Amino acid sequence: MSKSAYEIDDHHDSVERYVVVAWVDNEAGVLARVSGLFSGRGYNIESLAVSEVDHERKISRITIATNGTKEVIKQIQAQVLKLVPVHKVNTYPINEETIFRELALVKFIGEGEILQKAEQLCVDNKFEFLDKTSKSFIVQALGLRTEIDEFIKKIKALGTVSISRTGALAMKKGSETVKDNKGLVL
Amino acid sequence: MSEQLTGAEIVFKALNEHGVDHIFGYPGGAVLPLYDQISKEKNIKHILVRHEQGAGHAAEGYARSSGKPGIALVTSGPGATNMVTALTDAYMDSIPLVCISGQVPTHLIGTDAFQECDTTGITRPCTKHNWLVKDVNQLAEIIHKAFHIATSGRPGPVLVDIPKDVQFQKGVYKSANQVVVETYKPKLKAELTSIEKAVELIVKSKKPIIYSGGGVINAGTKASDALTEFARVTNFPITSTLQGLGAFPGSDPQFLGMLGMHGTYEANNAMHECDLMINVGARFDDRITGRVDAFSPNSKKIHIDIDPSSINKIVKVDVAIVGDCLSVLNDMLTTLKNKHSDFCSSNKEKISDWWKQINKWREKKSLSYKHDDKLIMPQYAVERLYELTKNKDSFITTEVGQHQMWAAQYYKFDKPNRWMTSGGLGTMGYGLPAAIGTQIANPGKLVVDIAGEASILMNIQEMSTAVQYKLPIKIFILNNQWMGMVRQWQELLHGKNYSESYTEALPDFVKLAEAYGAVGIRAKTPKELDDKINEMVDIDRPVIFDCLVKKDENCFPMIPSGKPHNEMILGPEDDEGITEEGKVLV
Repeated sequence: MSKSAYEIDDHHDSVERYVVVAWVDNEAGVLARVSGLFSGRGYNIESLAVSEVDHERKISRITIATNGTKEVIKQIQAQVLKLVPVHKVNTYPINEETIFRELALVKFIGEGEILQKAEQLCVDNKFEFLDKTSKSFIVQALGLRTEIDEFIKKIKALGTVSISRTGALAMKKGSETVKDNKGLVL
Repeated sequence: MSEQLTGAEIVFKALNEHGVDHIFGYPGGAVLPLYDQISKEKNIKHILVRHEQGAGHAAEGYARSSGKPGIALVTSGPGATNMVTALTDAYMDSIPLVCISGQVPTHLIGTDAFQECDTTGITRPCTKHNWLVKDVNQLAEIIHKAFHIATSGRPGPVLVDIPKDVQFQKGVYKSANQVVVETYKPKLKAELTSIEKAVELIVKSKKPIIYSGGGVINAGTKASDALTEFARVTNFPITSTLQGLGAFPGSDPQFLGMLGMHGTYEANNAMHECDLMINVGARFDDRITGRVDAFSPNSKKIHIDIDPSSINKIVKVDVAIVGDCLSVLNDMLTTLKNKHSDFCSSNKEKISDWWKQINKWREKKSLSYKHDDKLIMPQYAVERLYELTKNKDSFITTEVGQHQMWAAQYYKFDKPNRWMTSGGLGTMGYGLPAAIGTQIANPGKLVVDIAGEASILMNIQEMSTAVQYKLPIKIFILNNQWMGMVRQWQELLHGKNYSESYTEALPDFVKLAEAYGAVGIRAKTPKELDDKINEMVDIDRPVIFDCLVKKDENCFPMIPSGKPHNEMILGPEDDEGITEEGKVLV
């Protein structure tokens, strides 16, 4: 959110979480352009996920979870779209119409009863085990940010953990798609 | 097989294709192949500056006074970092620049090599776009893209960083018409529905005002003509931002003067009281709006801007029109004439009360000041300069500070592209190199840099450039021995604690001019001022004019920080208290 001294008085609008999705040319420095824009203009990045999604057209999809009022989010959208290598920008409020997913890899280290308890927690959550030893396991946690947060809180209470997490991914429900200037599906 | 050219040859073939006639630059290790090529170019002249920042501002002056992009060429490392201020300046004021920088050879990138810096990283936030060229076969295409992006849409600076080995390598040239930028399509033509909505508001308005900005100048001289026609057809009062001066004739009675922090009483009050504001190519900058939550509280607002991100950024508007000022103004005029042919006849009556009110505000004469017999008042100096040069189609650049505001207030511009000032970034040291670029683009014309004695020292080395190329620019220094605007703010906001704002040990500017091989003139009294200004204008060489002015004069009127438009300070007797909140603002 803008912290300028001349900030619009937008206290009436509440700050909400949004996901900003940008389709960009996968060229050197493009992620720095987008993330630099966020830091330079004082916008928050809660999480960020990026990868090339179309190898032929060399287009990457950048997904940024952020927060702000409606006006701030509109401004973010306009500013990101202004960057030359950006094809399209969409913003999704966090609601029922959009699918959100995050993934975490969690390594738990422990023995005996504690290890069993931790394993049971993962089974209860229907998370997939990717590695198991007598002193540890790695589990793949998949779900909403809040669900993963909750799981991590619980498993941390049981013992030593090491965590790796992706940023959020988002996609609108239904058959609707976003198209580039040429009308190709992004 | 296509003809193979070196990287350096490709660069200049591309520059030639874009009609470049002048480059402002400074050589160094990483651009030597390019400089080797420059000496062979027949149609491109290189202007050797004395500091890379000077090259950037000179290119800006060239661009603003000609409507063509300015070109700068610098070496790697310090050459590039010295250019950062000028790039940022051009980005803030939307000036088309193409900067070419040398880079260490590709195999040395990332090794902390001599004169290496991450140029594209450093300039990423201060350019519209930039490129590091790693493949000579992409060089031509990138330069064409650079020109396209710098000059189209909302113009701005771009930078192309070329490693030295790429300048030597051979590759294939591609002409500009073979190049497209798929993701970059600025919208010039606005939606008809938004034009129609705007026209509906225009015909209904009883207290309208046109607030025009630099976007009109950037849209070309025809846009200024269209703005003038629009103002004539509607008979609406018109005010302008600092950057928009000259789009509508400044000496015309329909013009209310500049608005904003140091704008006129009538312009700011009209902005505050209007029922319809038509923003043509301006961006609701904080120097314009003052306190945003009290900004023009009862008006409908139309905002014409080519940059969608300007819309609703600071001020929420009722009708947003995204498009080029020329195209939008023409569309608005057409709609107005076709749908409301009776508007022109009925309109004068409808807004006559509004004009009466404006004329009452005018009677305040907010630009008046106390004359002095013995000391030259800075305002008087600019007024006399204007009177004695107004018939010459002169070009004015400025530095930054009080003198800049006095120039904007007292020098009237009747044509676009005659006024070059650093508005957004507020770069002291801008005016002298900008005057050089302006004179290069406008040979034979009178170019004056209205300067302060503090600002001028920031790029004084460019006097040498002016002398070398026989550019008869005039540096008109309003010398009060203070960093005037800093002193003024310290007086008003910091209890007259004049911390570090007085300049001790100033040079003798007359001798300094002579040392550079230019001419020095000094004026000390109001009596001798006219003769000395005439003397300055008649000299066909660079001149430094040291105009000794009253030292503690403040720049009024002024909207103090944190105040709305209708709470202006008109003069020293008008001591409005500035709140603690206001003090924090810049």
